[in-house]
Amino acid sequence: MLLAEGLRHSFGSVRALDDVSFTVHPGQTLAVFGPNGAGKTTLLKVLAGLIQPQRGRAHVEGGRRAVGWIGHQPQLYGQLTVRENLAFWASLYDVQPPADILARLGLEEHADRPVRALSRGLVQRVAIARALVHDPRVLLLDEPFTGLDRMAAEAFSRLLAQQAAQGRATVLVTHNVEEGTELATDVAFMRAGRFVHLAPRAGRGANEIAAAYRNAIGGGGG
Amino acid sequence: MADWFRHAWRVARKDLLVEFRSRTAILSAAVFVVLVLVVFNFGRDPTAVAAVDLAPSILWVTFTFAAILALNRAFQLELENQALDGLLLAPISRGSIYLGKLIANLIFVATIEAIGVPLFALFFNVRVLPVAAPLAGVIALATVGFVTVGTLFSAMTVRTRFAELLLPVLLLPFMIPPLIWAVLATARLLANRPLSEIEGWLKMLAAYDILFVVLAFLLFPATVNE
Repeated sequence: MLLAEGLRHSFGSVRALDDVSFTVHPGQTLAVFGPNGAGKTTLLKVLAGLIQPQRGRAHVEGGRRAVGWIGHQPQLYGQLTVRENLAFWASLYDVQPPADILARLGLEEHADRPVRALSRGLVQRVAIARALVHDPRVLLLDEPFTGLDRMAAEAFSRLLAQQAAQGRATVLVTHNVEEGTELATDVAFMRAGRFVHLAPRAGRGANEIAAAYRNAIGGGGG
Repeated sequence: MADWFRHAWRVARKDLLVEFRSRTAILSAAVFVVLVLVVFNFGRDPTAVAAVDLAPSILWVTFTFAAILALNRAFQLELENQALDGLLLAPISRGSIYLGKLIANLIFVATIEAIGVPLFALFFNVRVLPVAAPLAGVIALATVGFVTVGTLFSAMTVRTRFAELLLPVLLLPFMIPPLIWAVLATARLLANRPLSEIEGWLKMLAAYDILFVVLAFLLFPATVNE
Protein backbone atom coordinates (compact mmCIF):
# COMPACT_ATOMS: atom_id res chain seq x y z
CA MET A 1 0.00 0.00 0.00
CA LEU A 2 2.85 2.40 0.80
CA LEU A 3 6.36 1.71 -0.40
CA ALA A 4 9.62 3.64 -0.02
CA GLU A 5 12.66 2.36 -1.88
CA GLY A 6 16.15 3.81 -1.45
CA LEU A 7 14.95 7.37 -0.91
CA ARG A 8 17.69 9.97 -1.06
CA HIS A 9 17.25 13.72 -0.97
CA SER A 10 19.46 16.66 -0.07
CA PHE A 11 18.90 20.36 0.47
CA GLY A 12 22.20 21.85 -0.65
CA SER A 13 24.88 20.12 1.40
CA VAL A 14 22.39 18.86 3.99
CA ARG A 15 21.34 15.26 3.39
CA ALA A 16 17.69 15.01 4.49
CA LEU A 17 17.08 11.43 3.34
CA ASP A 18 19.79 8.84 2.96
CA ASP A 19 18.75 5.48 1.56
CA VAL A 20 15.44 5.13 3.36
CA SER A 21 13.38 2.03 2.51
CA PHE A 22 10.29 0.51 4.11
CA THR A 23 6.80 -0.79 3.38
CA VAL A 24 3.59 -0.08 5.27
CA HIS A 25 0.60 -2.37 4.74
CA PRO A 26 -3.09 -1.69 5.45
CA GLY A 27 -3.74 -1.56 9.20
CA GLN A 28 -0.04 -1.02 9.96
CA THR A 29 1.19 2.12 11.74
CA LEU A 30 4.86 2.99 11.40
CA ALA A 31 6.05 5.48 14.03
CA VAL A 32 9.23 7.28 13.00
CA PHE A 33 11.07 8.94 15.89
CA GLY A 34 13.97 11.28 15.44
CA PRO A 35 15.45 14.55 16.70
CA ASN A 36 14.71 17.87 15.00
CA GLY A 37 16.38 18.04 11.60
CA ALA A 38 16.55 14.25 11.20
CA GLY A 39 14.57 14.43 7.94
CA LYS A 40 11.19 13.23 9.23
CA THR A 41 9.04 15.90 7.59
CA THR A 42 10.99 15.59 4.35
CA LEU A 43 10.25 11.86 4.41
CA LEU A 44 6.51 12.53 4.76
CA LYS A 45 6.59 15.15 2.02
CA VAL A 46 8.32 12.70 -0.31
CA LEU A 47 5.73 10.04 0.52
CA ALA A 48 2.95 12.55 -0.13
CA GLY A 49 4.45 13.56 -3.47
CA LEU A 50 5.13 17.14 -2.34
CA ILE A 51 8.87 16.62 -2.87
CA GLN A 52 10.37 14.61 -5.72
CA PRO A 53 13.25 12.56 -4.25
CA GLN A 54 16.60 12.88 -6.00
CA ARG A 55 16.99 9.09 -5.87
CA GLY A 56 14.74 6.17 -5.09
CA ARG A 57 11.00 6.06 -5.33
CA ALA A 58 7.98 6.43 -3.11
CA HIS A 59 4.79 4.73 -4.13
CA VAL A 60 1.35 5.15 -2.57
CA GLU A 61 -1.31 2.90 -3.99
CA GLY A 62 -3.96 5.25 -5.33
CA GLY A 63 -1.63 8.25 -5.68
CA ARG A 64 -2.24 11.67 -4.14
CA ARG A 65 -5.96 10.99 -3.91
CA ALA A 66 -5.27 8.17 -1.43
CA VAL A 67 -3.24 10.33 0.99
CA GLY A 68 -4.57 12.11 4.06
CA TRP A 69 -2.21 14.46 5.89
CA ILE A 70 -2.41 15.58 9.51
CA GLY A 71 0.30 17.89 10.73
CA HIS A 72 0.91 20.18 13.68
CA GLN A 73 -0.55 22.92 11.47
CA PRO A 74 -4.18 22.08 10.69
CA GLN A 75 -4.32 23.30 7.05
CA LEU A 76 -7.62 25.04 7.74
CA TYR A 77 -8.93 28.54 7.08
CA GLY A 78 -9.64 30.31 10.36
CA GLN A 79 -12.30 32.61 8.93
CA LEU A 80 -14.37 29.74 7.54
CA THR A 81 -16.62 27.54 9.62
CA VAL A 82 -15.86 23.88 10.25
CA ARG A 83 -18.54 22.88 7.72
CA GLU A 84 -17.23 25.30 5.07
CA ASN A 85 -13.66 24.08 5.53
CA LEU A 86 -14.67 20.44 5.12
CA ALA A 87 -16.85 21.26 2.08
CA PHE A 88 -13.96 23.12 0.45
CA TRP A 89 -11.39 20.38 0.96
CA ALA A 90 -13.86 17.70 -0.12
CA SER A 91 -14.64 19.68 -3.28
CA LEU A 92 -10.99 19.52 -4.33
CA TYR A 93 -11.33 15.71 -4.31
CA ASP A 94 -14.70 15.93 -6.12
CA VAL A 95 -16.51 14.30 -3.21
CA GLN A 96 -19.04 15.37 -0.59
CA PRO A 97 -17.93 15.28 3.04
CA PRO A 98 -19.21 12.00 4.56
CA ALA A 99 -22.56 12.66 6.25
CA ASP A 100 -21.42 11.27 9.59
CA ILE A 101 -17.95 12.79 9.74
CA LEU A 102 -18.90 15.60 12.13
CA ALA A 103 -20.67 13.18 14.44
CA ARG A 104 -17.78 10.67 14.34
CA LEU A 105 -15.36 13.35 15.52
CA GLY A 106 -17.73 15.01 17.98
CA LEU A 107 -17.88 18.21 15.97
CA GLU A 108 -21.63 18.48 15.29
CA GLU A 109 -22.26 21.32 17.73
CA HIS A 110 -19.24 23.24 16.41
CA ALA A 111 -20.04 22.78 12.70
CA ASP A 112 -21.09 26.37 12.11
CA ARG A 113 -18.41 28.04 14.21
CA PRO A 114 -15.39 29.61 12.54
CA VAL A 115 -12.27 27.52 13.04
CA ARG A 116 -10.38 30.44 14.63
CA ALA A 117 -12.91 30.41 17.50
CA LEU A 118 -12.16 26.78 18.42
CA SER A 119 -9.72 25.43 21.01
CA ARG A 120 -6.48 23.76 19.87
CA GLY A 121 -7.89 20.31 20.64
CA LEU A 122 -11.03 20.97 18.59
CA VAL A 123 -9.00 22.42 15.73
CA GLN A 124 -6.94 19.24 15.65
CA ARG A 125 -10.15 17.22 15.48
CA VAL A 126 -11.27 19.32 12.51
CA ALA A 127 -7.86 18.67 10.97
CA ILE A 128 -8.51 14.94 11.28
CA ALA A 129 -11.93 15.41 9.68
CA ARG A 130 -10.28 17.38 6.86
CA ALA A 131 -7.72 14.64 6.32
CA LEU A 132 -10.43 11.95 6.26
CA VAL A 133 -12.93 13.84 4.16
CA HIS A 134 -11.99 11.93 0.99
CA ASP A 135 -11.62 8.58 2.77
CA PRO A 136 -7.85 8.19 2.23
CA ARG A 137 -6.20 4.77 2.46
CA VAL A 138 -2.93 6.20 3.75
CA LEU A 139 -2.52 8.64 6.64
CA LEU A 140 0.64 10.72 7.04
CA LEU A 141 0.99 12.34 10.46
CA ASP A 142 3.60 15.04 11.04
CA GLU A 143 4.08 15.82 14.76
CA PRO A 144 0.31 15.72 15.20
CA PHE A 145 0.47 16.08 19.00
CA THR A 146 2.29 19.42 19.02
CA GLY A 147 0.45 21.99 21.11
CA LEU A 148 -2.11 19.56 22.51
CA ASP A 149 -2.57 19.20 26.27
CA ARG A 150 -2.51 15.71 27.79
CA MET A 151 -6.29 15.19 27.63
CA ALA A 152 -6.53 16.38 24.04
CA ALA A 153 -3.51 14.26 23.07
CA GLU A 154 -5.11 11.15 24.57
CA ALA A 155 -8.40 11.80 22.79
CA PHE A 156 -6.48 12.39 19.58
CA SER A 157 -4.59 9.09 20.04
CA ARG A 158 -7.87 7.23 20.44
CA LEU A 159 -9.19 8.76 17.21
CA LEU A 160 -6.04 7.78 15.35
CA ALA A 161 -6.24 4.24 16.73
CA GLN A 162 -9.80 3.99 15.36
CA GLN A 163 -8.56 5.06 11.94
CA ALA A 164 -5.78 2.49 11.95
CA ALA A 165 -8.28 -0.18 13.01
CA GLN A 166 -10.27 0.61 9.87
CA GLY A 167 -7.40 -0.67 7.76
CA ARG A 168 -5.57 2.52 6.92
CA ALA A 169 -1.82 2.45 6.52
CA THR A 170 -0.31 5.14 8.72
CA VAL A 171 3.10 6.78 9.00
CA LEU A 172 3.56 8.99 12.06
CA VAL A 173 6.67 11.08 12.62
CA THR A 174 7.50 12.80 15.88
CA HIS A 175 10.49 13.81 17.97
CA ASN A 176 8.77 12.72 21.18
CA VAL A 177 8.97 8.98 21.89
CA GLU A 178 6.17 9.16 24.44
CA GLU A 179 3.77 10.29 21.74
CA GLY A 180 2.31 7.76 19.42
CA THR A 181 4.18 4.71 20.74
CA GLU A 182 0.93 3.02 21.71
CA LEU A 183 -0.42 3.54 18.18
CA ALA A 184 2.58 1.98 16.45
CA THR A 185 2.77 -1.51 15.04
CA ASP A 186 6.30 -0.76 13.80
CA VAL A 187 8.95 1.63 15.04
CA ALA A 188 11.80 3.39 13.25
CA PHE A 189 14.46 5.75 14.59
CA MET A 190 15.82 8.34 12.22
CA ARG A 191 19.08 10.27 12.46
CA ALA A 192 20.65 12.52 9.82
CA GLY A 193 18.33 11.24 7.11
CA ARG A 194 18.90 7.51 7.82
CA PHE A 195 16.81 4.84 9.51
CA VAL A 196 19.12 3.57 12.25
CA HIS A 197 16.47 1.20 13.56
CA LEU A 198 13.37 -0.33 11.97
CA ALA A 199 11.51 -3.16 13.67
CA PRO A 200 8.05 -4.25 14.77
CA ARG A 201 7.08 -2.74 18.12
CA ALA A 202 6.39 -6.29 19.37
CA GLY A 203 4.59 -5.23 22.52
CA ARG A 204 7.33 -2.87 23.71
CA GLY A 205 6.06 0.02 25.85
CA ALA A 206 7.04 3.67 25.73
CA ASN A 207 9.85 3.19 28.28
CA GLU A 208 11.49 0.38 26.34
CA ILE A 209 11.14 2.28 23.08
CA ALA A 210 12.62 5.36 24.74
CA ALA A 211 15.61 3.34 26.00
CA ALA A 212 16.18 1.81 22.57
CA TYR A 213 15.86 5.29 21.05
CA ARG A 214 18.49 6.75 23.37
CA ASN A 215 20.82 3.88 22.51
CA ALA A 216 20.31 4.26 18.78
CA ILE A 217 20.33 8.06 18.55
CA GLY A 218 22.83 8.74 21.29
CA GLY A 219 21.01 10.21 24.31
CA GLY A 220 18.87 13.32 24.44
CA GLY A 221 15.62 13.06 22.53
CA GLY A 222 12.41 11.73 23.98
CA MET B 1 -10.29 21.12 -18.98
CA ALA B 2 -13.68 21.28 -17.24
CA ASP B 3 -12.04 19.86 -14.09
CA TRP B 4 -9.42 22.53 -14.35
CA PHE B 5 -11.90 25.41 -14.33
CA ARG B 6 -14.12 23.74 -11.74
CA HIS B 7 -11.22 23.39 -9.29
CA ALA B 8 -9.98 26.90 -10.08
CA TRP B 9 -13.40 28.34 -9.32
CA ARG B 10 -13.52 26.43 -6.01
CA VAL B 11 -10.18 27.91 -4.98
CA ALA B 12 -11.32 31.40 -6.06
CA ARG B 13 -14.66 31.11 -4.29
CA LYS B 14 -12.91 30.03 -1.09
CA ASP B 15 -10.51 33.02 -1.28
CA LEU B 16 -13.41 35.41 -1.81
CA LEU B 17 -15.36 33.87 1.07
CA VAL B 18 -12.34 34.20 3.38
CA GLU B 19 -11.97 37.84 2.31
CA PHE B 20 -15.69 38.48 2.69
CA ARG B 21 -15.50 37.16 6.27
CA SER B 22 -12.43 39.13 7.30
CA ARG B 23 -12.79 42.16 5.01
CA THR B 24 -9.30 43.24 6.03
CA ALA B 25 -7.70 43.58 2.60
CA ILE B 26 -10.73 45.02 0.81
CA LEU B 27 -11.28 47.62 3.54
CA SER B 28 -7.65 48.69 3.68
CA ALA B 29 -7.46 48.90 -0.13
CA ALA B 30 -10.73 50.86 -0.34
CA VAL B 31 -9.63 53.28 2.39
CA PHE B 32 -6.30 53.66 0.60
CA VAL B 33 -8.05 54.51 -2.71
CA VAL B 34 -10.30 57.10 -1.07
CA LEU B 35 -7.40 58.66 0.84
CA VAL B 36 -5.14 58.95 -2.19
CA LEU B 37 -7.87 60.49 -4.34
CA VAL B 38 -8.85 62.94 -1.60
CA VAL B 39 -5.24 63.96 -0.93
CA PHE B 40 -4.44 64.44 -4.62
CA ASN B 41 -7.68 66.34 -5.13
CA PHE B 42 -6.96 68.86 -2.41
CA GLY B 43 -3.22 68.89 -2.96
CA ARG B 44 -3.21 69.91 -6.62
CA ASP B 45 -3.38 73.46 -7.96
CA PRO B 46 -6.17 73.51 -10.58
CA THR B 47 -4.85 76.72 -12.10
CA ALA B 48 -1.43 75.19 -12.78
CA VAL B 49 -2.34 71.84 -14.34
CA ALA B 50 -5.72 70.90 -15.81
CA ALA B 51 -7.42 68.04 -13.98
CA VAL B 52 -7.77 66.05 -17.16
CA ASP B 53 -3.97 66.10 -17.67
CA LEU B 54 -3.20 64.94 -14.14
CA ALA B 55 -6.10 62.58 -13.56
CA PRO B 56 -4.98 59.52 -15.59
CA SER B 57 -1.64 59.24 -13.77
CA ILE B 58 -3.29 59.61 -10.38
CA LEU B 59 -5.93 57.01 -11.26
CA TRP B 60 -3.33 54.42 -12.19
CA VAL B 61 -0.98 55.15 -9.30
CA THR B 62 -3.95 54.62 -7.00
CA PHE B 63 -4.99 51.35 -8.64
CA THR B 64 -1.41 50.06 -8.69
CA PHE B 65 -0.79 50.41 -4.99
CA ALA B 66 -4.29 49.26 -4.02
CA ALA B 67 -3.71 46.13 -6.13
CA ILE B 68 -0.38 45.46 -4.41
CA LEU B 69 -2.19 45.43 -1.06
CA ALA B 70 -4.46 42.71 -2.44
CA LEU B 71 -1.71 40.73 -4.12
CA ASN B 72 0.34 40.63 -0.94
CA ARG B 73 -2.51 38.79 0.72
CA ALA B 74 -3.21 36.32 -2.07
CA PHE B 75 -0.87 33.58 -0.87
CA GLN B 76 -0.39 34.87 2.66
CA LEU B 77 -3.67 33.31 3.71
CA GLU B 78 -2.44 29.93 2.44
CA LEU B 79 0.56 30.09 4.75
CA GLU B 80 -1.59 30.53 7.83
CA ASN B 81 -1.97 26.95 9.08
CA GLN B 82 0.04 25.65 6.08
CA ALA B 83 -3.06 25.35 3.91
CA LEU B 84 -0.81 25.68 0.85
CA ASP B 85 0.54 22.16 1.49
CA GLY B 86 -3.04 20.90 1.55
CA LEU B 87 -3.74 22.55 -1.80
CA LEU B 88 -0.59 21.06 -3.30
CA LEU B 89 -1.45 17.64 -1.91
CA ALA B 90 -4.96 17.69 -3.39
CA PRO B 91 -5.38 15.91 -6.74
CA ILE B 92 -5.78 19.15 -8.69
CA SER B 93 -3.36 20.70 -11.14
CA ARG B 94 -1.01 23.48 -10.07
CA GLY B 95 -2.50 25.47 -12.96
CA SER B 96 -5.96 25.40 -11.46
CA ILE B 97 -4.57 26.68 -8.14
CA TYR B 98 -2.95 29.57 -10.00
CA LEU B 99 -6.08 30.26 -12.04
CA GLY B 100 -8.20 30.24 -8.89
CA LYS B 101 -5.90 32.76 -7.23
CA LEU B 102 -5.89 34.88 -10.38
CA ILE B 103 -9.69 34.93 -10.60
CA ALA B 104 -10.02 35.88 -6.91
CA ASN B 105 -7.42 38.65 -7.29
CA LEU B 106 -9.08 39.99 -10.43
CA ILE B 107 -12.48 40.16 -8.69
CA PHE B 108 -10.84 41.81 -5.70
CA VAL B 109 -9.00 44.45 -7.75
CA ALA B 110 -12.05 45.02 -9.97
CA THR B 111 -14.07 45.77 -6.81
CA ILE B 112 -11.48 48.33 -5.73
CA GLU B 113 -11.54 49.86 -9.22
CA ALA B 114 -15.34 49.99 -9.20
CA ILE B 115 -15.12 52.01 -5.97
CA GLY B 116 -12.29 54.18 -7.29
CA VAL B 117 -13.61 55.24 -10.71
CA PRO B 118 -16.76 57.09 -9.50
CA LEU B 119 -14.74 58.81 -6.77
CA PHE B 120 -12.13 59.72 -9.34
CA ALA B 121 -14.81 61.23 -11.63
CA LEU B 122 -16.27 63.13 -8.69
CA PHE B 123 -13.04 64.54 -7.26
CA PHE B 124 -11.36 65.39 -10.56
CA ASN B 125 -14.50 66.50 -12.35
CA VAL B 126 -13.75 64.37 -15.41
CA ARG B 127 -16.51 62.96 -17.59
CA VAL B 128 -16.14 59.20 -17.56
CA LEU B 129 -19.69 58.24 -18.57
CA PRO B 130 -19.37 59.11 -22.29
CA VAL B 131 -16.22 56.94 -22.46
CA ALA B 132 -17.32 54.33 -19.93
CA ALA B 133 -17.08 51.32 -22.27
CA PRO B 134 -13.63 51.98 -23.74
CA LEU B 135 -12.35 53.10 -20.32
CA ALA B 136 -13.62 49.83 -18.83
CA GLY B 137 -11.77 48.02 -21.62
CA VAL B 138 -8.49 49.81 -20.87
CA ILE B 139 -8.87 49.17 -17.13
CA ALA B 140 -9.73 45.51 -17.71
CA LEU B 141 -6.79 44.86 -20.04
CA ALA B 142 -4.26 46.63 -17.81
CA THR B 143 -5.63 44.98 -14.68
CA VAL B 144 -5.44 41.48 -16.16
CA GLY B 145 -1.80 42.17 -17.08
CA PHE B 146 -0.48 43.34 -13.75
CA VAL B 147 -2.65 41.03 -11.65
CA THR B 148 -1.39 38.05 -13.69
CA VAL B 149 2.23 38.98 -12.99
CA GLY B 150 1.43 40.01 -9.42
CA THR B 151 -0.25 36.71 -8.60
CA LEU B 152 2.80 34.82 -9.84
CA PHE B 153 5.21 37.01 -7.86
CA SER B 154 3.00 36.75 -4.81
CA ALA B 155 3.46 32.95 -4.93
CA MET B 156 7.21 33.36 -5.45
CA THR B 157 7.75 35.73 -2.55
CA VAL B 158 5.31 34.43 0.02
CA ARG B 159 7.78 32.02 1.67
CA THR B 160 10.49 34.68 1.90
CA ARG B 161 11.13 36.68 5.03
CA PHE B 162 10.39 40.07 3.48
CA ALA B 163 7.49 39.09 1.23
CA GLU B 164 5.61 42.38 1.61
CA LEU B 165 8.72 44.35 0.66
CA LEU B 166 9.88 42.01 -2.06
CA LEU B 167 6.60 41.83 -3.97
CA PRO B 168 6.49 45.50 -5.03
CA VAL B 169 10.25 45.52 -5.71
CA LEU B 170 9.85 42.62 -8.15
CA LEU B 171 6.47 43.58 -9.51
CA LEU B 172 6.79 47.31 -10.20
CA PRO B 173 9.34 46.99 -13.04
CA PHE B 174 7.01 44.52 -14.79
CA MET B 175 4.06 46.86 -14.26
CA ILE B 176 5.71 49.81 -15.98
CA PRO B 177 4.81 48.88 -19.60
CA PRO B 178 1.10 48.20 -19.03
CA LEU B 179 0.85 51.21 -16.73
CA ILE B 180 2.37 53.55 -19.32
CA TRP B 181 0.02 52.23 -22.01
CA ALA B 182 -2.96 52.43 -19.68
CA VAL B 183 -2.14 56.01 -18.60
CA LEU B 184 -1.69 57.14 -22.23
CA ALA B 185 -4.92 55.46 -23.34
CA THR B 186 -6.87 56.83 -20.36
CA ALA B 187 -5.56 60.35 -21.05
CA ARG B 188 -6.72 60.19 -24.68
CA LEU B 189 -10.11 58.86 -23.66
CA LEU B 190 -10.68 61.58 -21.06
CA ALA B 191 -9.61 64.21 -23.62
CA ASN B 192 -12.35 62.88 -25.95
CA ARG B 193 -9.87 61.84 -28.61
CA PRO B 194 -11.05 59.31 -31.21
CA LEU B 195 -10.82 55.63 -30.29
CA SER B 196 -8.45 54.99 -33.17
CA GLU B 197 -5.78 56.87 -31.18
CA ILE B 198 -5.78 54.25 -28.39
CA GLU B 199 -6.06 51.19 -30.61
CA GLY B 200 -2.30 50.58 -30.60
CA TRP B 201 -2.08 50.70 -26.79
CA LEU B 202 -5.03 48.36 -26.45
CA LYS B 203 -3.25 45.88 -28.73
CA MET B 204 -0.06 46.24 -26.70
CA LEU B 205 -2.01 45.63 -23.48
CA ALA B 206 -3.68 42.57 -24.98
CA ALA B 207 -0.34 41.19 -26.18
CA TYR B 208 1.18 41.77 -22.73
CA ASP B 209 -1.74 39.92 -21.13
CA ILE B 210 -1.44 36.92 -23.44
CA LEU B 211 2.34 36.72 -23.01
CA PHE B 212 2.27 36.90 -19.22
CA VAL B 213 -0.76 34.66 -18.75
CA VAL B 214 1.08 31.93 -20.70
CA LEU B 215 4.36 32.55 -18.85
CA ALA B 216 2.65 32.59 -15.47
CA PHE B 217 0.95 29.24 -16.09
CA LEU B 218 4.26 27.72 -17.17
CA LEU B 219 6.24 29.13 -14.25
CA PHE B 220 3.76 28.78 -11.40
CA PRO B 221 4.41 25.07 -10.65
CA ALA B 222 8.12 25.83 -10.18
CA THR B 223 7.34 28.60 -7.68
CA VAL B 224 5.35 26.36 -5.35
CA ASN B 225 7.27 23.08 -5.68
CA GLU B 226 9.88 22.43 -2.99
